[in-house]
Amino acid sequence: MQLLDIKNLTLEIPTASGSIKALDKVSLSLKKGEISALVGESGSGKSLIVRTIVGAIPDRWNITADRLTWKGQDLLGMSEHKRRRIIRDEVSVVFQNAVTALDPTATLGEQLLEAVPDRLLPKTMFWQRRQHRLALAQKQLHKVGIKDHELCMKAYPHQVADDVCQKLMLAMSLVSQPELLIADDPTMGMEITTKVQILRLLTKLNQTRNLSILYVSHDLLAIATMATNMTVLYCGQTVESGSMSELRHSPLHPYTKALLDSAPSFRKDLPRKTPLSSLPGTIPTLQHLPIGCRLGPRCPRAGKECVKAPKTHRLHNHFYNCHFPLLPETK
Amino acid sequence: MTPLLSVENLSWRKVTKTGLFQKPSVFELQPVNFELQPGETMAIVGENGSGKSILAKLLVGAEIPTQGDIYLNGEKLAPDNIRERCLKIRMIFQHSQGSLNPAITLGSLLDEPLKLNTTLDSKERKEKIEQTLTMVGMLPDHAHYYRHMLSEGQRQRAALARALILNPQVLVADEPFAALDPSVRSQTVNLLLKLQNDLGLGFVFISHNLGIVRHISDRVLVMREGRVVESGKTNDIFTWPKTEYSQKIVSAYQTLTTKK
Repeated sequence: MQLLDIKNLTLEIPTASGSIKALDKVSLSLKKGEISALVGESGSGKSLIVRTIVGAIPDRWNITADRLTWKGQDLLGMSEHKRRRIIRDEVSVVFQNAVTALDPTATLGEQLLEAVPDRLLPKTMFWQRRQHRLALAQKQLHKVGIKDHELCMKAYPHQVADDVCQKLMLAMSLVSQPELLIADDPTMGMEITTKVQILRLLTKLNQTRNLSILYVSHDLLAIATMATNMTVLYCGQTVESGSMSELRHSPLHPYTKALLDSAPSFRKDLPRKTPLSSLPGTIPTLQHLPIGCRLGPRCPRAGKECVKAPKTHRLHNHFYNCHFPLLPETK
Repeated sequence: MTPLLSVENLSWRKVTKTGLFQKPSVFELQPVNFELQPGETMAIVGENGSGKSILAKLLVGAEIPTQGDIYLNGEKLAPDNIRERCLKIRMIFQHSQGSLNPAITLGSLLDEPLKLNTTLDSKERKEKIEQTLTMVGMLPDHAHYYRHMLSEGQRQRAALARALILNPQVLVADEPFAALDPSVRSQTVNLLLKLQNDLGLGFVFISHNLGIVRHISDRVLVMREGRVVESGKTNDIFTWPKTEYSQKIVSAYQTLTTKK
């Protein structure tokens, strides 16, 4: 069953000098019990997609979509209240940059306890509730790998290390037992052993509780170990999507290939100290987006046609948006 | 052959008093020893709070060691001899955005170290700035740009230019690749490799990204809780890690790279 289905999502931000298409016809879908990855560099609109799904977007930004549904219900058309209910009960988000996303004026414990929903508490007298809440919160903290729960719950966000904040953010989102976890770069800046721990925890939850995960990151190494599907974004356009193994072994879009090649860990045969392959130039800012295919100016295969945005093409279960894909030579 | 940089028994200690009656917390960097040859790259890996950044700061002279000596080309560097250190050992910071002054142009930013440390006149300085900018792959015209006009990759290049402008022998970088996007990151890696090849720089860097450590470093220093747990050739550490901690990080890295 399709849990989340997004088709041709366009997000326009009105500015003094005309509106900017921050997201341009992005499509994304997620089945129940699937780990899907959303990959893109900074400014590619990954976090904007996350915010659009949960509805944390300013009113004056213009969202249009052919489909934006959660379990078949249209999220854009429903009332604010109903949408909030669904997001609270069924979707959880780990926001990027946990230290700033947490409330600096409340202790970590207060914030975690607030995230424990009432529906998970047993029916008891009101004075017993706090104990149950506390027990649930502590159990969750142990699960994400915080051993000293008392010290952690008493501390304010600035008093603990960055990775403890990140783990707490994860605990906050998992404690409500959601169906979908949207993790926006949950392992950013973590050292490798902690990162592997977190990834293991997420994979385990996916297997035991059938938790669906939308993993948003540009850390391909982490994604490659856990995700089954991958969607690659560049500057607010979907570039390619398909199963992880297929994308990794035969990327069709030049950008996906460049992204994969830029990680030396993926290439065992690469001699040491040799230059890595990379695209020339840098990511354009939102104010200076090129027309047509936004990769155009940086793309090694670009041609005249690239000034028009390419349509989505399909090869088996592999979707790509490119005029000159890296198709294997036929005949 | 005398090594380019050699560090002997370098240690550092800091006592932080939290309250009048509370026990003060002590951070200690246990004695560190290593040698770096010209053109060699050394990576420092370790968890947060293991003293990696302190070691980098000690090398560039931003912190004064409690004990131990640093030798550059066999000559001892006095801890307070900032002048010589500025010339020979330069540092690149993690956030190129924050380390560049937003109020002055890139040209004056690069002019400052030259004014303070060299006897060049203004014409020669201008030439030197142009030359350095070209070396890091920017245009001489970029000297008139302010920080906000540069893209992320260009900022990283500017930070690199500032480090290279005094013709240093050793570059020390604290997580130079962490804040960068993959495509910009590989550009920076390529640039560093090229410059190191051309200029024979010694390069010491801190990184969490073991893929890059494996790719560009010759030697690795593994640190934990203020101690050097293990040091050796990159290949040796990645294939036969000896201590428990390095085994842990290497196996963690391998679980990420090998396919399920």
